[in-house]
Amino acid sequence: MISADLNVILPEIVLSLFAILALLGAVYTSKDKTGSLLVWLTAGLMVLLAIWIGMTGTGETRIAFNGLFIEDGFARFAKVTILLSAAAVLAMSEAYMKSRGLLRFEYPVLVALSVVGMMMMVSAGDLMSLYMGLELQSLALYVVASLRRDSLKSTEAGLKYFVLGALSSGMLLYGASLVYGYAGTTQFAGIMTVAQTGETSLGLLFGIVFLMSGLAFKVSAVPFHMWTPDVYEGSPTPVTAFFATAPKVAAMALFARVMHDAFGNAVAEWSQIIALLSVLSMFLGAIAAIGQTNIKRLMAYSSIAHMGYALIGLAAGTQLGVKAMLVYMAIYVTMNIGTFAFILSMEKDGQPVTDIAALNMYSKRAPGKALALLVLLFSLAGVPPMLGFFAKFGVWQAGVDAGLIWLVAASAVASAIGAYYYLRIVFLMYFGEEGDDRLDGGKSGLLTGFLIASAVIMVVGIANMFGVEGAAITAAATLVN
Amino acid sequence: MDDDERGGKLMDHHLLSIITFMPSFAALILAVFLRGDDEAAARNAKWLALITTTVTFLISLFILFDFDPSNTGFQFVDEATWIMGLKYRMGVDGISILFVMLTTFMMPLVIAASWNVTTRVKEYMIAFLLLETLMLGVFMALDMVLFYLFFEAGLIPMFLIIGIWGGANRIYASFKFFLYTFLGSVLMLVAMVAMYADAGTTCIGGCEVSLLTHTFASETFSIAGITVVGGLQTMLFLAFFASFAVKMPMWPVHTWLPDAHVQAPTAGSVVLAAILLKMGGYGFLRFSLPMFPVGSDVLAPLVLWMSAIAIVYTSLVALVQEDMKKLIAYSSVAHMGFVTMGIFAFNQQGLDGAIFQMVSHGFISAALFLCVGVIYDRMHTREIDAYGGLVNRMPAYALVFMFFTMANVGLPGTSGFVGEFLTLMGIFQVNTWVAAVATTGVIFSAAYALWLYRRVVMGDLIKESLRTITDMTTRERWIFAPLIVMTLLLGVYPALVLDIIGPSVSALVASYDTALEAAGAAVQMASE
Repeated sequence: MISADLNVILPEIVLSLFAILALLGAVYTSKDKTGSLLVWLTAGLMVLLAIWIGMTGTGETRIAFNGLFIEDGFARFAKVTILLSAAAVLAMSEAYMKSRGLLRFEYPVLVALSVVGMMMMVSAGDLMSLYMGLELQSLALYVVASLRRDSLKSTEAGLKYFVLGALSSGMLLYGASLVYGYAGTTQFAGIMTVAQTGETSLGLLFGIVFLMSGLAFKVSAVPFHMWTPDVYEGSPTPVTAFFATAPKVAAMALFARVMHDAFGNAVAEWSQIIALLSVLSMFLGAIAAIGQTNIKRLMAYSSIAHMGYALIGLAAGTQLGVKAMLVYMAIYVTMNIGTFAFILSMEKDGQPVTDIAALNMYSKRAPGKALALLVLLFSLAGVPPMLGFFAKFGVWQAGVDAGLIWLVAASAVASAIGAYYYLRIVFLMYFGEEGDDRLDGGKSGLLTGFLIASAVIMVVGIANMFGVEGAAITAAATLVN
Repeated sequence: MDDDERGGKLMDHHLLSIITFMPSFAALILAVFLRGDDEAAARNAKWLALITTTVTFLISLFILFDFDPSNTGFQFVDEATWIMGLKYRMGVDGISILFVMLTTFMMPLVIAASWNVTTRVKEYMIAFLLLETLMLGVFMALDMVLFYLFFEAGLIPMFLIIGIWGGANRIYASFKFFLYTFLGSVLMLVAMVAMYADAGTTCIGGCEVSLLTHTFASETFSIAGITVVGGLQTMLFLAFFASFAVKMPMWPVHTWLPDAHVQAPTAGSVVLAAILLKMGGYGFLRFSLPMFPVGSDVLAPLVLWMSAIAIVYTSLVALVQEDMKKLIAYSSVAHMGFVTMGIFAFNQQGLDGAIFQMVSHGFISAALFLCVGVIYDRMHTREIDAYGGLVNRMPAYALVFMFFTMANVGLPGTSGFVGEFLTLMGIFQVNTWVAAVATTGVIFSAAYALWLYRRVVMGDLIKESLRTITDMTTRERWIFAPLIVMTLLLGVYPALVLDIIGPSVSALVASYDTALEAAGAAVQMASE
């Protein structure tokens, strides 16, 4: 019995063991000199695990540890996305961190541990395992946010993230305890039978709301978004890239997991709350980004807005909605990896630059990279025919299908407003004025590769989405039925 | 309109996709394989673009010859499943095939007219080739989302064309262009979402359930104290109208056009005037009229008066312009006024005239912008005052310019006359007052066009700077030749166009009338 259970969580065990061994090995050997090697090893292991999970998925749902851990199509989809994006970010960050003396061996280890936490989150079948995964992920992230110990902004980011994160964890725990009190169980399957639409007790409803507040913090949905811009700005850029990708997927998947696995019979109770979170996020993200001149802050608001769109899929409360959400997250992550690959390569005289004014007439200096970034920005804005439009189209489809036409209409308006700030960067790159603010030509072929690959995916992907849609349909079917 | 998909030959099924994507394939080749920034690379880019657009035109001729006008359904339908539960469906009917032909016909001329571009030639050609794909896609798409995709994506290359290769004030113009059209289309997108919710399909026509055969609710309702006559149809109509009216452009949302035209490079102006403006008119014919007949009927008076005002007002504005391109841009708005007027007359003559006018305006306005381009290339100014007496040094140019000025005015024998006459005839049966106002516009158009011609071409050559100006080169003559032929041909033998659009237009009018009657009967039933 126990061996069967362990078999289910084998990928998580492998990654945890690797992290622990790497930690021990690095401590006893040459410390930071192993940083580079560890980064590549971790990234490679993550890709291998992603392939393993993706390939061995038989389509069946396996439950381990008496329902604490669920390994189904949904979890597999989320895990593959998380592992691949984490590996991509690690690969992108190596050169950047090394050249700035930031590449401590703890970095890959912490990232690996937080990925274990994320894998736990998306597979959680119980409020206990949910919290365990969430905290493992968060604690690792708090530390990497302040990786640049001598920088005021970086430590501030870490501290801010920690204090607010602890607050949200508190809310989540409080909600969990209420849910336990009124449902009599912490298992999602048990809660499911108690939480029925129309007959949910007030206490349980309070529990749901607190639980959702905690989760909304993790996906940085308005009004729980305040930490995002500061943390994005303060953290070292590779860490920001990591924040913008894998944890978002994990948190979104966890959100869907809790809402559908535990409260799937009470969709009407929570759908409106998510719709509100969604509409607020979309508009705040679109409007607040207009005034930003720091590209990292801009991307923070952009991610807030994107989470708003993805939440439409969740608000729909249907299988189509979950599918649209998964597709949205996959496309979002791909776009963000490309964009951050570019941001990582932005430097002047060896120093990182984050002011968008530095992009003045960039198209003259590096036409290829400028074009790739143009494609990504238009895709982020949701301008057809890039894949970003189809991400939005998918959630709109689900929203209309679920009768949330007002939400869909609002999101169309928000996307028009949001298009402005993406367009402003394009405008700077192509029609700006010739200035002295020249960026160095990007030296890293790897970053350019990620940038161009992600731009190409945005264009070529409209043919068939590389089968991601089919996988998302299967994944959504295992979660909602 | 039933789904009577014709065409037994295998090739027929993909011809439309082939001509649509051939230009972007060439653009891809340019982007990937063409290296360097030297003269040889620029020459290769130009030739590849010219050859591709010419071949595209030749293939589209096959489609035209194989097209069966008596069949009012969609032909050459190309269908494939696609992502997100969507269908990739392309097809042409009697209305859209003309726009397809107009596009493929104009593009080689546009490329040839940009032979003198020297900055970033490769990117320039890529932008135009992509633009051709997107424009063709708009006219062929048989799926609402696919249509939206092409419609919106067309903004990107045009935005770049104006912004990179445009005149001094190009940034302002490109932003104005983008934001105006983008805001319009967001409303259209919202309406599309509502249509999908109502009809449960995104297929435009020819499917089991298609938007063209679906009847959208037209019961009057009131929200927030406002009574909406025509109900959902009116709301949907207004949302689409916001987008198409900006694209047309109609008064009072036309102000982006003069700026965009003035700042765009010559070829950009030509594409804008000849093809992009036609998307608005095509949208009315494909969406507004057949899908929301009640909404169209309710709002027709508004559209008709907006058109009449456009014709008179913009003609008057054109009179006082000092910039040649601006003058022609305002004249375009006036001519588009005839188009919307014809469309919203809802009868055979009006619709025939509107489509004819769009095609003919495509040739004539393009030629006029090219005329400006010819002297702009030599003198680098578009100020009317900077010219005068050109006839002394440029007799051939004077002749060509004369011809197209006359065509623009609507001289019988040119295609301009047929379009204006038919639309006026159509509207006269419906609304005499609008017809009367619009007719005065014809007189104004003669005034501004002839006055422009007089100031630029006639008189003595007194300006010192013009003493050495040279007449048109062989390349320029060859660009104008096909336009002259088409303008004359359609002017003396309009059946060439009318025979193709006729059956489709009468089917459209018939279905419109039936739908109105049915809606009227339903209202009567409800009141009884």
